[in-house]
Amino acid sequence: MLTGIVFWVLAVVAVAAGVAVFRVDSMARATYALAASFIAVGLALLLVDLEFLGVITVLMMTMEMAVMGIYMIMFMGMNPALMPMSMVHGKRPALAVSIGTFVVLAAGALLVPWPTRRGAPAADLVTSLGEAIMESKMLVMMTVSPVLFATIVAALVLALPRGRYDRLGDDLRAGKAPR
Amino acid sequence: MTLQTMLLVAAALFSVGLYGAISQQVVVMVMMGLELMLNGVILAAAAFWWFLSPTPDGQVLLLVVITAMTVEMAMGFAVATLLHRSRQSDMTDMATDLSR
Repeated sequence: MLTGIVFWVLAVVAVAAGVAVFRVDSMARATYALAASFIAVGLALLLVDLEFLGVITVLMMTMEMAVMGIYMIMFMGMNPALMPMSMVHGKRPALAVSIGTFVVLAAGALLVPWPTRRGAPAADLVTSLGEAIMESKMLVMMTVSPVLFATIVAALVLALPRGRYDRLGDDLRAGKAPR
Repeated sequence: MTLQTMLLVAAALFSVGLYGAISQQVVVMVMMGLELMLNGVILAAAAFWWFLSPTPDGQVLLLVVITAMTVEMAMGFAVATLLHRSRQSDMTDMATDLSR
């Protein structure tokens, strides 16, 4: 009973904060709203005993929103991040697509005869996850690790102002002494 | 709290995120929409895991989704930084040539 009440409170907070992301009049407030939505979902994960994943969701998204806030101030200045703004295109088609998607997904959730639960969760779910990614699901971790490393390298290459070979701009011969 | 109710909430989060991803013009706001969609995916995956098959495999899938969210954020910020530097703009409408 209590779990159900907590879940509904978290669900309302998650969806309301999600809607607020695109309704509030500044990007700074939108960032806080998105963080609230993620924290609500992270806490909902705790209700289904996903302690590790729930906690890392909350921690990761809190940090990510902090980075996003700094990012907005850094690139857009304080005023555009805090002042009212509305920069949208194709509002009505987007609304129609999203409502249609919700109707289809909700119909699937309610009409599909879902099977009954098979198996029981492990006594220690965090340990079972650790054992899975270090034993039977190690290939997943071996794939995720280079993907994350490649992301770091690619993001740095894109974000750095200049690399080794473009220090002279388009004219690579500009630095050479005339013959 | 049932599978259906969790899936309904996940569908609502996904749909709200989809609206933002389609309608917003600022790159950072588009990223927020994508993140909301992944937020819904995380909740749906957790619901499937708990109510259908609570084995470690489902937890690993959730870990992969969270990783995808991290990659999306990092690459999104990097591309937005590059766009801002090269064009002094953070609007998607100014970068339509990237889709070619």
